[in-house]
Amino acid sequence: MENKEILTPQCIVEGDDTYDLVYDKSHIMTETRLHYCPGCGHSTAHKILAEVIQEMGIQDNVVGVAPVGCSVFAYDYLHIDWQEAAHGRATAVATGIKRCLPDRYVFTYQGDGDLAAIGTGETIHCVNRGENIVIIFINNGVYGMTSGQMAPTSLAGMKTTTSPYGRDVHTMGYPIKVSELIAPLPGAFYVTRQAVHTPNAVRKAKKAIENGFKYQKLGKGTSFIEIISNCPSNWKMTPVQTNEFIETDMIKYYPLGDVKVPSKEDLKELK
Amino acid sequence: MLNEEIIIAGFGGQGVLSMGQTLGYASMVEGKNVSWMPSYGPEMRGGTANCITIVSDSTISSPIVSRYDTGILLNQPSMEKFESRIKKGGIIVYESTNILHASERKDIGIYAIPAAAAANKLNNVKVANMILLGAFLEKKPIVSLDSVIAALKKVLPERYHNLLPMNRQALEVGAELMRKAS
Amino acid sequence: MEQNEDIRLMKGNEAMAEAAIQAGMDAYFGYPITPQSEVLEYLTREMPSRNFLALQAESEVASINMVYGAAGAGARVMTSSSSPGWSLMQEGVSYIASAQLPCLLVNVNRGGPGLGTIQPSQGDYFQATKGGGHGDYRLIVLAPNSVQEMADFVFLGFELADKYRNPVLMLSDGAIGQMMERVIFRNREIKKIAKPWATTGKTKDRERNIITSLFIQPEKMEKVNLELMKKYEEIEKNEKRYEEIFTDDADYIIVAYGLSARISHKVVLLAREKGIKVGLLRPITLWPYPSEVLNKLADKAKGMFVVELNAGQMIEDVRLAVNGKVRVEHYGRMGGIIPSPEEVEEHFEKFIKTL
Repeated sequence: MENKEILTPQCIVEGDDTYDLVYDKSHIMTETRLHYCPGCGHSTAHKILAEVIQEMGIQDNVVGVAPVGCSVFAYDYLHIDWQEAAHGRATAVATGIKRCLPDRYVFTYQGDGDLAAIGTGETIHCVNRGENIVIIFINNGVYGMTSGQMAPTSLAGMKTTTSPYGRDVHTMGYPIKVSELIAPLPGAFYVTRQAVHTPNAVRKAKKAIENGFKYQKLGKGTSFIEIISNCPSNWKMTPVQTNEFIETDMIKYYPLGDVKVPSKEDLKELK
Repeated sequence: MLNEEIIIAGFGGQGVLSMGQTLGYASMVEGKNVSWMPSYGPEMRGGTANCITIVSDSTISSPIVSRYDTGILLNQPSMEKFESRIKKGGIIVYESTNILHASERKDIGIYAIPAAAAANKLNNVKVANMILLGAFLEKKPIVSLDSVIAALKKVLPERYHNLLPMNRQALEVGAELMRKAS
Repeated sequence: MEQNEDIRLMKGNEAMAEAAIQAGMDAYFGYPITPQSEVLEYLTREMPSRNFLALQAESEVASINMVYGAAGAGARVMTSSSSPGWSLMQEGVSYIASAQLPCLLVNVNRGGPGLGTIQPSQGDYFQATKGGGHGDYRLIVLAPNSVQEMADFVFLGFELADKYRNPVLMLSDGAIGQMMERVIFRNREIKKIAKPWATTGKTKDRERNIITSLFIQPEKMEKVNLELMKKYEEIEKNEKRYEEIFTDDADYIIVAYGLSARISHKVVLLAREKGIKVGLLRPITLWPYPSEVLNKLADKAKGMFVVELNAGQMIEDVRLAVNGKVRVEHYGRMGGIIPSPEEVEEHFEKFIKTL
């Protein structure tokens, strides 16, 4: 990503109090132009992740692990230390980092193909060991980067380039509910499913990410934050239509909300 | 110059590998070079087991050899497999409670040691291997019994050190059986 | 036995594990596989009383990626496996080589292909030296031939890995891993160097660190390739290691590494007893390969005989090294069969009669 063109509108002039600053781009976001398609939920997810890191003041103490998939370039966008993992192996890489740097905040950012297909084993075993990391799982039901193949989370009947007649669950398997799958593991400390298709959903998703990072300090297990996202390009919809599709179809199968929350006892040490 | 190439063979569980290891430790205690090469297989118990133990004053080149100075053999299949591979002038020390058909070679020394029966008399079947080791060392004193005990002290966890006198006794019983067999 | 020297009788696998602890290893990630499971067993046993991490991963794939993460975080890190598991790791090894992460990898070679056998083999030579994973990369490959070297090469391996920011592979085999020999541990100074490139959290005094093997623009990728090639040239210049035994007056040279070199050492002794002037050249680094010394030996040798526990792999490097100066032939056993020195000597004599 060579394009370092600055897109932030320069309307605030220092010393000029004509305008009130009501919103500012997180300084954790780099100046690199995002490669995501217009309307893609990744951008929003990046933004709230950056805001959490900035607001918690942990920039110098956090290491991210990027996956293979649409967010393969995540390390270009957040101004922190990153490692880029092989496809599906982000949680193993994060385990290696966290075990050697236990006082750092470590998180992975992974899509559904990465986390729930090729990396299923790593995901389950990472959570089962209760690695003290945050896993951010972007579920948009499709392989975005390779342009629209069926994902393990593609809904029943969903048309993709490799299920051109719709996903037939009898031959292609059922969409995996990863949050429900891993929540029963004792190593899972906090499991929640959020979305980024409405302002309210974005606020809740941000709060969930913040919780995850805070819980990391307790050292009591893995925080798993699934974010239902969209893919206008590969769903072949306008961004507005994708938001509607999330409401009418995605959330019906993947209900939003907490799947597993820490007990009050567990959170006692948190102020 | 000392260069003793030994094959120890029997069923898994007869203490074949640990006998070779003990001899190895004892040799090391005396500052000699040693290599111990086990046959290893998927079976944990009851399969065949053997190890090549080489004790030498000089650097050991190949840890694997096809002909041996000594065979310490604990079961019939091992006798059949290894009797022909003992060098001319070498020896076979065998466990004669288990092995009914010994080698009939005339160009090597063959010594029948009823180690299992003797171990039974000591109320500890597990020391049959030490009885055989004692018998071997009586014939070829490449290390002293003291070194063997020193080695066991090093190898055995503290909680088993109460077994050291029993092992010493087994070594001596073996030596006595060898004197009778010779 | 002197009191101040730590002399032990150990299996090669155990000696390697003990050496890793003494060499200041921070973390080990591994998955059980015969014939090297002693490594993880030894380390998990020692972990509570000594300062390092040993973690049993869910697979070799996970192990190697944990190594990637830990190495990227600046840790002194290691994994070990045996042939089928080592194959599983190849993707990760390629990433590690590309991201230039220092780490020590060990393959205790067993017979293959496929699930194969658990007995010793040298069938992974190509995979170790010619790149087991995808892309243009090299591992520094060390081939121990004794329990002592299994320990010594751990220290050397960590140091070379740090020095060149390159993964180092110790290519051993089931026999060297399973056999017991005397091994001496000396008090050594642990040499560790600063790793300012590690992802430890972006502090204000530095730019952020990115560990990656993704260089999607061809121009950038080629630049990285060229950088790697330059590094490999440097390694080739500095790090070739080998041992010569009786090569001074030798009419014939046996070339062998690892266990084969031990067997061949005896072959040399047997042949010399018969008055045949033969020497042994043992490559210690399989990459970089000690080609020059072989080429020089070829000036006065009548023939070279390569002994391997495979169908003939290193022989290609020997032939390249001597570049047609002398005839080079091969003797090998496969499937986990280890030839006796007498067997090899017989074939060696047959070979020299054809010269």
